[in-house]
Amino acid sequence: MALPLEVHGLSTTLFTRRGEMKAVDGLSLSVGAGETVALVGESGCGKSLSALSIMRLLPDPPARIVGGEIRLNGRDIVPLPEEGMLAIRGKEIGMIFQDPMSSLNPVATVEKQIVEVLLAHTDLGRWQARARAHELLELVGMPDAARRLDEYPHRLSGGMCQRVVIAMAIACSPSVLIADEPTTALDVTVQAQVLALLKKLQADAGMAMVFITHDLGVVAETADRVVVMYAGRKVEEATVDDLFEMPLHPYTAGLIGATPVPGAARAERLADIPGMVPPLNALPQGCAFAPRCPRVMERCRQERPELTRPSQGRLVACFAAERG
Amino acid sequence: MAGELASSTASPRITRGSSRRVAALRLLRRRLIQAVPLMLGVVVINFVLIQLAPGSFLELMTAENQVSDPATIALLRKTYGLDDPVWLQLLKYIWALMRFDFGFSYRQNIPVIDAISVHLPATLLLMISSITLALAVGIAAGVVASMKVRTVWDTLVSVVAMFFFAAPGFWLGIMLIVLFSVKLGWLPVGGMATIGGASSGFAAVLDILHHLLLPTLALGLFYAAVYTRVMRSSMLEVAQLDFVRTARAKGLSRNRVTISHVLRNALLPVVTILGVQMGTVLAGSVVIESVFSWPGVGSLLFDSVSSRNYPVVLGIMVLGSLMVIAANIAVDLVYMWLDPRIEIR
Repeated sequence: MALPLEVHGLSTTLFTRRGEMKAVDGLSLSVGAGETVALVGESGCGKSLSALSIMRLLPDPPARIVGGEIRLNGRDIVPLPEEGMLAIRGKEIGMIFQDPMSSLNPVATVEKQIVEVLLAHTDLGRWQARARAHELLELVGMPDAARRLDEYPHRLSGGMCQRVVIAMAIACSPSVLIADEPTTALDVTVQAQVLALLKKLQADAGMAMVFITHDLGVVAETADRVVVMYAGRKVEEATVDDLFEMPLHPYTAGLIGATPVPGAARAERLADIPGMVPPLNALPQGCAFAPRCPRVMERCRQERPELTRPSQGRLVACFAAERG
Repeated sequence: MAGELASSTASPRITRGSSRRVAALRLLRRRLIQAVPLMLGVVVINFVLIQLAPGSFLELMTAENQVSDPATIALLRKTYGLDDPVWLQLLKYIWALMRFDFGFSYRQNIPVIDAISVHLPATLLLMISSITLALAVGIAAGVVASMKVRTVWDTLVSVVAMFFFAAPGFWLGIMLIVLFSVKLGWLPVGGMATIGGASSGFAAVLDILHHLLLPTLALGLFYAAVYTRVMRSSMLEVAQLDFVRTARAKGLSRNRVTISHVLRNALLPVVTILGVQMGTVLAGSVVIESVFSWPGVGSLLFDSVSSRNYPVVLGIMVLGSLMVIAANIAVDLVYMWLDPRIEIR
């Protein structure tokens, strides 16, 4: 049986006045039912554009998918026309966005915004849809759900808004759920609640989840497998345990080193990664990470490392890691 | 803050509909209270400005009627209270206004309020039809331009809007007359009704609409151009917001999202400038009314200024301000209805 989501060699390019930039370059990943794959990296490494590519919601212009395939339950959706995508978005793939407060229409009630997705994809009548919206709000743990239906988003807290967005995303029981930094804009206590909710909903429905974040603490809590991206390319993939136990790519090691550990001595400074992500239109000839890499070799500046398989279930694109 | 607290603890619970109605009534009450000092300011400033203008109606009146007898002039000055100091005249005027007495029109020999109320319906009709035209055309053209952004349609809309934005109303009025009345002979040159035509019934209404068309275009197209430009940029701005992407992620088509999510949010700036421009629409109608001999308050104002009939001028200023204030309150209420985030602070 086909996996809910399989991406092969996805390439998305930004066509700008300053030239073409490969925002996503040959990304492959697969997510099984009930599995969570975290997509990790710094800002600007192509995580969100990967997600928008899968939704086929890229801002066009300037962004366009230039290659690869995105198989949703076995069917490649890249060649589908826009009309074909209308039946897929919200029905087979749901998406949750970063800033819940701005993700909801300020002048429409919670009910209207949830009912809308139900009316688009199901045969429910208006009243049935309203009843279902109420059920969904209770499912996502909205306090006082019946009353919230008639509220406008500005009356809700960030956490409550995110619950509404989640309710809309799962309303039609999609097989794939994409969560793009769903907890970044929330308070820490609310973050934990939302993560727990997402885990629970996923377990109950057996959804495949792509979880985009830059927060490795969140990754450790939610993901089964992790894909690390740098400058549009996948540089490492591993199960979450392997990755934290022994990161192979120097970039991954840098990310883990830059994450604060509770209880660690205060004097112990966080190890930051020197430098910045290079602009996509000025990528170095060899490995994109070479200018910032502590283990850089002469070869890294000349040629780009391809993904290799050092052990079962792991992938890494690094010459230094190959040598061990 | 206080409102939020009240609604979450109040028992029995206030439903959304009634709490918004209460908020609207509170807004209304607040705006009405604010209108009182505002109106007072309007009256004082206009009264003083007219005092500053050279000449008085009395000079014109006595000159026209060749009255030179000092005793008669003194009697007239006394009758009209012109011997009182200016501050006393002002106080008397304000006191009279409170009883809705706008004074007396020397020219027509009737109370000012009667002189104005004869002309007011024509002006209101012209203003309402012009604003309606401006909103309908402006919103539609703005939406089309934004949906076809950076295409020939977008450019066409922008160029046409630029033209009407730049064209002076009186010039546009004359050009419309030249084209549609003189050359083509489709529409009347001016006035509000055909002389000797039907005075009641459907035919009379049609006749008025026939006369209304050109002045409405001359006055309304400028505002249509303004709303087109505002609506276009507002639509494009709202289309960039996060919730539009959320709506698209639900599987709604681009057009569907534009109509049911972008449009209502994009209307807010249009409503805002509508309120601000209410006064200029009234001022613009003065010019357009003279071009088309439209029997409205504008023509009355023009005649009254020429004949130094100051009580009428002052009355029109005061009533005009009242109308603008009332229109702004209405706009505030519409804004509140459109945007649930607006609450009284």
